[in-house]
Amino acid sequence: MSTIVNWIGGAATMAAATLLSSAAFAATEIQWWHAMGGELGAKLEEIVAGYNASQDEYKVVPVYKGTYPETMTAAITAFRAGEQPAIVQVFEVGTGTMMAARGAVYPVYQLMKDAGADFDQKAFLPAVVGYYTDTDGNMLSMPFNSSTPILYYNKDVFEKAGLDPEKAPETWSDVEEFSKKIIDSGAAKCGFTTGWISWVQLENLSAWHNQSIGTLENGFGGLDTELTFDGPVQERHWENLKKWQDSGVFEYGGPVGGNDAAPKFYSQECAIYMNSSASRAGVMANAKGFEVGFGMLPYYADVDGAPQNSIIGGATLWVLKGREEAEYKGVAEFFSYLSSPEVQADWHQFSGYLPITEAAYELGKEQGYYAKNPGTDVGIKQITLNPPTANSKGLRFGNYVQIRNIIDEEFQALLSGQKTAREALQSLDQRGNELIREFQAANS
Amino acid sequence: MQTKRAIFASRVLPYWLLAPQLAVTLVFFLWPAAQAVRQSFLREDAFGLKTSFVWLENYTRLFHDPNYLNSLKVTVVFAASVTLLSVALGLLFALAVDRMIASSRLYTTLLVWPYAVAPAVAGVLWWFMFNPTLGVIPYVLEGLGYDWNHLLSPTDAMILVVAASTWKQISYNFLFFVAGLQAIPRALGEAAAIDGAGPVKRFFSITFPLLSPTTFFLMVVNTVYAMFDTFPVIHATTEGNPAQSTNILVYKVYVDGFLGLNLGSSAAQSVVLMAIVIALTVIQFRYIERRVEY
Repeated sequence: MSTIVNWIGGAATMAAATLLSSAAFAATEIQWWHAMGGELGAKLEEIVAGYNASQDEYKVVPVYKGTYPETMTAAITAFRAGEQPAIVQVFEVGTGTMMAARGAVYPVYQLMKDAGADFDQKAFLPAVVGYYTDTDGNMLSMPFNSSTPILYYNKDVFEKAGLDPEKAPETWSDVEEFSKKIIDSGAAKCGFTTGWISWVQLENLSAWHNQSIGTLENGFGGLDTELTFDGPVQERHWENLKKWQDSGVFEYGGPVGGNDAAPKFYSQECAIYMNSSASRAGVMANAKGFEVGFGMLPYYADVDGAPQNSIIGGATLWVLKGREEAEYKGVAEFFSYLSSPEVQADWHQFSGYLPITEAAYELGKEQGYYAKNPGTDVGIKQITLNPPTANSKGLRFGNYVQIRNIIDEEFQALLSGQKTAREALQSLDQRGNELIREFQAANS
Repeated sequence: MQTKRAIFASRVLPYWLLAPQLAVTLVFFLWPAAQAVRQSFLREDAFGLKTSFVWLENYTRLFHDPNYLNSLKVTVVFAASVTLLSVALGLLFALAVDRMIASSRLYTTLLVWPYAVAPAVAGVLWWFMFNPTLGVIPYVLEGLGYDWNHLLSPTDAMILVVAASTWKQISYNFLFFVAGLQAIPRALGEAAAIDGAGPVKRFFSITFPLLSPTTFFLMVVNTVYAMFDTFPVIHATTEGNPAQSTNILVYKVYVDGFLGLNLGSSAAQSVVLMAIVIALTVIQFRYIERRVEY
């Protein structure tokens, strides 16, 4: 009975709200195109609804546009037609393209200043913001969902193999040794698998070992940069991956995000799995019948300076020019709301993305969230392990979406035995540099 | 060929009747095609903020790009395999059904079913069956001692996309062959049989030559299908991987243009494709359309 009353009451309030909002002066609409599907999308809409309910001057309208590349392409096409949204969510590899588009992008630091919003860039985590600042240290886009790769492992399989289930592998030799024990004891068929070869096993591997992947500070210093993926550590690691793939220690999960990697871990075929900290929710929901442990990414103990710090992935919010002045005031206000500790902590704890501000992290600690949910702060500890160096700040190359594809292609050529690790990485540099030169020519 | 003439009272009326179709062609075909040709001479950043005219640079780059040449090669292998396989299998099934008396209708209906499946759905279907982790077929193949992995093996990947694309197209070819076979007078085959010709001999000296217009027509149509309509199949299965071994021309246009945002190169590739289609259409109309019998 009471539920019915509630329901009727709710419906009446909703109807009243609809009447009110249409009767009241029209709120300025702000379009936000995003790429968050499923549960993340629902959470995003909840956050927006929270903002819309908190004031009546602006109405943010979230629009789901598909995958990251689809969303970015949609926004760019819309810009060319003069129909762009005020806010668009762009993944980190699109950063180079967005930054070069000076006439199209309204830098966030400028926007906040123009709108007179209360905005302190120092409140954000340096490892996150560093990825999205210009050479003068100004923040160009608003961090929203940033993550970093971490290591997940199957505690039950570790136990069956006679390993300590509370001890995550720390170095790559641990990974190799543990995997062999696991396979030999029959606890699982394969040692480890990974999502995102490009992001985890190359870009982050390099940052984690303080190795450069491009001249001019990994491309931060200008369009004239050149790739240097063919360093000794990267070569050694790819050689190992090939060796491990042949001996069954490692199983390849496919290109781009590695769609087949997660099922291998969920079905207990592989005991260790490396992927985004934001995969945590999915891992917890799918890890049926076994306990999950968490750890930082493995490193080669004999490399000087390792472990350094890992780099982020995920997406930020870019503001596009060409909308009406009034909308930008709303955007600034909405961004302040988004980066407030409460909203950030809620989003971070729900999704597994990193808290982007110190305050949100502190709030989580106060709430006792990390103590109650082990493994949720591995990512943040990992990106803040050491102050970022020129090699571990991130990367910024034009045409990087295609370069990511080349990384996958060269890795496939390595695994299928067509190329050695050195040949694959050299070919990657050469092909990538051609794309970077093309980008430089089109943008200067 | 006989021409039909309609008589119109007014001289303007026929143009009015043509206008809607012409408008559609103009807006949806000619205008975008012209845009593509224009864009293929330009170099532009993604947002269209800086544009420069580069003459034929996009084309020269294209034909010096090993990836593009590889894509051409892949397309030839792919289109030839799909065309030959789907035409041959279509013919085989049509011959089998043609010999049936009571149940031919039922079989015809069943054989046409795959044609109603959307290409993307077909792609996902085959992707699941062949998935190295979850699929049925790799499981069976493993039992037979073959380690199927289309994520890494270019050959396996090619077999997968050819199989998925062919499967969908067999129905179409089958229908045309059934119609073609029915148009061949029974008396011809019966007379040859009386003269002592066996079924194989009868097929190669009577049926197949009489079907040749249909076969030629289907060859062209299937080539066009394999080159252009298989986009969803590739998109849903391999996405051109591994190492570009299934990256056919039309998929490369999409990858370079929509994911890579390299509009100049993507437009130049579209223009090359357009030239190929025009050539195929000319062959179709000049040499085959006149002789084909439906």
